[in-house]
Amino acid sequence: MKPARFCYHQPTTVDEAVALLGQLAPEDGRILAGGQSLVPTMAFRMAQPPHLIDINGIAELAGIEVDGDIVRIGACVRHTAFEVAGAVPGATGVWLRKVVRHIAHYPIRTRGTFCGSVANADPASEWCCAVTAIDGRIVARSASGVRRIAANQFFEGVMATTRRDDELVTSVELSLLPEGTRCGFAEFSRRPGDFAIAMAMASYRLVDGNRIAEARIAVGGAEPMPRRIAQAEAELNGKTPSTPVFAAVADAAAAAIDPMEDSNNTADYRRGLVRTMTLRALENAA
Amino acid sequence: MSGNPSDKVEIALDVNGRVHHARVEPRKTLVDVIRDDCGQTGTHIGCEHGVCGACTVLLDGEPVRSCLMFAVQAQGCKIRTVEGLQSGNELHPMQQAFMDHHALQCGFCTPGFLMLAVGVLEKRPDISDEEMLDVLSSNLCRCTGYQNIIKAVKAAAHTMKAADD
Amino acid sequence: MTETADRWIGASVTRLEDLPLVTGRGRFAGDIDFPHQLHMRIVRSPYAHGRLKSVDAAAALAMNGVAAVWTAKDIADLPPIEFREGPNENLSPYRQAVLAAEWVRYVGEPVAAVFAEDAYVAEDAAECVFVNIDELEPVLDAAAAPTELRPGLGTESTVCRQGYGNVDTAFRDAHTIVELDVSIGRHSAVPLETRGAIGRYDAARDVLELHGAAKVPHRNRESLARMLGRSTGGVHLYEGHVGGGFGVRGEIYPEDVLVLVAALRLGRPVKWLEDRREHMIAANQSRQQRHRIRAAIDGDGRLMAIDDDFFHDQGAYLRTHGARVVDTTCGILPGPYRLPHYRVAGHVRMTNKTPCATYRSPGRFESNFARERLMDAIADKLGLSRIEVRRRNLIAASEMPFERPLVALGDDVVYDSGRYEALLDKALAHIGWDALQRDVASRRAAGEYVGLGVAIYVEKSGLGPTDGARINIHTSGEIEVITGGASIGQGFETVVAQVCAEMLGSDYRQVRVVHGRTDRIEYGIGAHATRATVMTANAAAVAAKKVRDKALDMAAQLLQADAADLDIVGGCVVRTGMIGGPAISLGDIAHHLRPTSSTRGERDPGLSAEGWFSTSHMTYPYGVQIAVAKIDKGTGAVRIEKLLIAYDIGRAINPMLVEGQLVGGFAQGLGGSLLEEFRYDERGQPLSVTFADYLLPTAQDVPFVDILLTEDAPSGVNPLGIKGAGEGGIAAAGAVIASAVDDALGASGTISHLPIMPQQLKMMIDAFEATGAAAASSGSG
Repeated sequence: MKPARFCYHQPTTVDEAVALLGQLAPEDGRILAGGQSLVPTMAFRMAQPPHLIDINGIAELAGIEVDGDIVRIGACVRHTAFEVAGAVPGATGVWLRKVVRHIAHYPIRTRGTFCGSVANADPASEWCCAVTAIDGRIVARSASGVRRIAANQFFEGVMATTRRDDELVTSVELSLLPEGTRCGFAEFSRRPGDFAIAMAMASYRLVDGNRIAEARIAVGGAEPMPRRIAQAEAELNGKTPSTPVFAAVADAAAAAIDPMEDSNNTADYRRGLVRTMTLRALENAA
Repeated sequence: MSGNPSDKVEIALDVNGRVHHARVEPRKTLVDVIRDDCGQTGTHIGCEHGVCGACTVLLDGEPVRSCLMFAVQAQGCKIRTVEGLQSGNELHPMQQAFMDHHALQCGFCTPGFLMLAVGVLEKRPDISDEEMLDVLSSNLCRCTGYQNIIKAVKAAAHTMKAADD
Repeated sequence: MTETADRWIGASVTRLEDLPLVTGRGRFAGDIDFPHQLHMRIVRSPYAHGRLKSVDAAAALAMNGVAAVWTAKDIADLPPIEFREGPNENLSPYRQAVLAAEWVRYVGEPVAAVFAEDAYVAEDAAECVFVNIDELEPVLDAAAAPTELRPGLGTESTVCRQGYGNVDTAFRDAHTIVELDVSIGRHSAVPLETRGAIGRYDAARDVLELHGAAKVPHRNRESLARMLGRSTGGVHLYEGHVGGGFGVRGEIYPEDVLVLVAALRLGRPVKWLEDRREHMIAANQSRQQRHRIRAAIDGDGRLMAIDDDFFHDQGAYLRTHGARVVDTTCGILPGPYRLPHYRVAGHVRMTNKTPCATYRSPGRFESNFARERLMDAIADKLGLSRIEVRRRNLIAASEMPFERPLVALGDDVVYDSGRYEALLDKALAHIGWDALQRDVASRRAAGEYVGLGVAIYVEKSGLGPTDGARINIHTSGEIEVITGGASIGQGFETVVAQVCAEMLGSDYRQVRVVHGRTDRIEYGIGAHATRATVMTANAAAVAAKKVRDKALDMAAQLLQADAADLDIVGGCVVRTGMIGGPAISLGDIAHHLRPTSSTRGERDPGLSAEGWFSTSHMTYPYGVQIAVAKIDKGTGAVRIEKLLIAYDIGRAINPMLVEGQLVGGFAQGLGGSLLEEFRYDERGQPLSVTFADYLLPTAQDVPFVDILLTEDAPSGVNPLGIKGAGEGGIAAAGAVIASAVDDALGASGTISHLPIMPQQLKMMIDAFEATGAAAASSGSG
């Protein structure tokens, strides 16, 4: 399980990285950020990129910036950054902090990056689900310019996105959710830290006393890519929080999805898990 | 930057405060270089795909899987391995606690657990039991059933804190 | 911890093994290097079954840094890997060749070996060895009708049959018959350290060395010497640190033979380290059995007969153990119960999967699961409690030693001692059974899926026949014990040191224990079948007694006293009971026993002695496990909330280490019950080749394990009275977890397969809830 040979490139600016990527992407040159998904794939020799462009030395990609009601997460921001209270302000920060502790294990989170997870587009990725739930935008830069791609336009399937090979994801932008937004997360995996078989994120605000508004329900792990479930959100909006309401929303989410099957998990089982996780995410938010 | 994939590059790695110079291919993993080129074989290889944690080292104070990094990436970082835990003949409280509480049997996973626990406790001396259990579930042990590892880490946390106070 | 105790046997002292291991100075296989060594990489079959047409190594051989590529042709003179217990004509066609020649029978079977300057280059080259195979239909179901792997080679390699009494009559006369079809999934030890082997030929001494040996170095030396046509004196095995054994490591595999032959023929040391993916397809797997088992019961719930027909998925070849796991399953299945009539047939079936052999508690994890499932089913069918039905069938203390006309590991089954019902009572009292039952009942009434499980089992340990040890006390006072035992992380050195220290009135830290080296002692039993402590510790005790006598004899002359009035305290010989009197240290006595010493007299030189311990029978520890399991009805996930292991060890040399063995064993057993499984697709492609697919328990999956260690039934078959603990934690883990989950479901007999999968539980619970809801709504309507 030793990786195949590659040329190693270590740009120090985004311009340099983008230029290299433009030149090497046609030969299957790849970006190396946290490496926590790519390097195991290389160890199994399922990936043998002839060039690796290591972006860890690019200072301008290392930070989280708040810009008005947007937070911009740079390509080299590690998962652990989100474990710190206040790293991202407000409800969005609270939500991300609830999510982050479910991502793999601590020593993986110290290296793995937020943007790397998003670019990798594993259906079981918590961050892909989060970016979808919050309607984030993926900032992709190439020699021909910058594209801001909405999450629901970005994920295309299992580890497939609309990013072009010559584009570097330089950051992901998330909206800062309004004050008072309640956020919840739940996932199920065989062991804590494993790839989730199903996950759900739920958020809403209470208006006019006790009426639910701005519902967001996103499901990940169950379908080839994460998505917001409009039927479930419709079921939640306008209601008063209660167990029967949450159960009806969970039922709506379960009914709306078209679950993947694999050797361990039938579609029915995954559907059942989506119901349970949606319910638990709502309870977690309440 | 390397021009030819088989070209070796000169690297310098700071392991436990000592700088090691080596000529390695860029594809050589950090753990392989720590073991083969720096001669520090206390860091073990259990899976080479980032799950077992036997290769856990501290990189600038943070526990990382040294099988999921290339050695070229670790230049300029301070690397700590199990060999750097004791000072002189005095064992680190975590090493002592592992012995006192029979937290190892075959000992293969032990260096990884020691570095994981030390790395986390140095940053978060007040970590809750529940969070520590979550951290300890990062690494695999096939002998102990974890019970004594959990006991040892709690005991060492106490000693480390007392020493800091 | 009583580090200053005079009595070391029974003290929970810290381990001698630990210091190098916590400081990063261990010496595992990967840590061993020799100058100018080559690295070996194995090219493996990508198909489960096929005809091997050709191997093209030209591209690999042309690569920089590649020294050689071997196929079967290059080692055509080597015989297949032999059975440890000696030749067996009927089974010999099922042995595995070192490299496949004509056929491949599992994914991962070695087809070629690449030797190169470093491990990276070796792997590059192995990728460029092209293997041309015509794929054939794989055989994957061991319980299907037997067929042929190829003309003349049937899939049923043998059937192990044991039994006694008249089973057919018992079933005819039975009050009730209970019948089950239960199965255990394929899983294995998966130690954290993968295998490794380093071969080196020392031409100056004409010695071929194998480093990275484990488990049974002496036995393996004999086998390897025979295979390679060398004298045993010209082959030596060296055990370093061992990163977990559990039965899997230390058997002779193709790679061990290859590094030795290559070291000889290529004239350079050859190092091979298995990678994790290889381990998951190449190292021995285990456990996969399907039992069609039935019991004849009388009106009081007493067993009249058990009739078991089971299928053992052996995989592609019979390895070093031959059919031993199946034989043990047959011999141990009746467990702690009186059983008037018994018949068992174990079908050893070949399939196109990785070969199987022993994994910690082989044949018992499986048979305990099958038998205890049966006991639960009997209880439920007769409306008795699960405790009561077991109580009625337990062998009484007064019946000990209890002989059964069965054979396990080639040994007649005679339970040497045991107070089974007393241990059951102690376990129930310890866990507060009655209160626990009430608590579980009220939680169930509140809608939780929570249940209680129980399993009772007899373990076996201390397989003989003989082991020896040599003790030499150096003039420094250090006590060196040379054993043929092996250390696989179980605390062997500490335990042997404790026994010697006790006999020699010395500190156990003064004892250096040598093990796993064929160049230091001629014979050795190694470490398997929970025998190292029982056999080697007793042998060390015999040797220590001889050294003690010699020391007292020499000291009697020096102190002008009668040897009978002398004792050894704190490493010095003193007059018994006299404090502050004359004393002479063991080191000084050794000095007086030098060959050139004028005080030695007619005594043989050296304060040393050899001791042997022989036993004709194994010793049988026993245990009770009780579990509380909770199922999350939203996901089907099982959580073991509470777990008790009550275990009678006869006599514990170091209770802390015994507890460590029991807890660690249980954790592994939990893995095999809830998480771990080697799965294959319909083409025989392995699906569990990474740690993301083969799930080992983590710190969050293993519950706190409560241990109740008793010493009520010391062994009658060895002087120390000890029994082994190595496998006592895992042996009944599957049985007790299945029992508890079954109870949590509230539907008897639903758990018939391990591992228990959350998907399956959720489906069952959803069905119950649907019917329950229907019943409730009809009730209210």
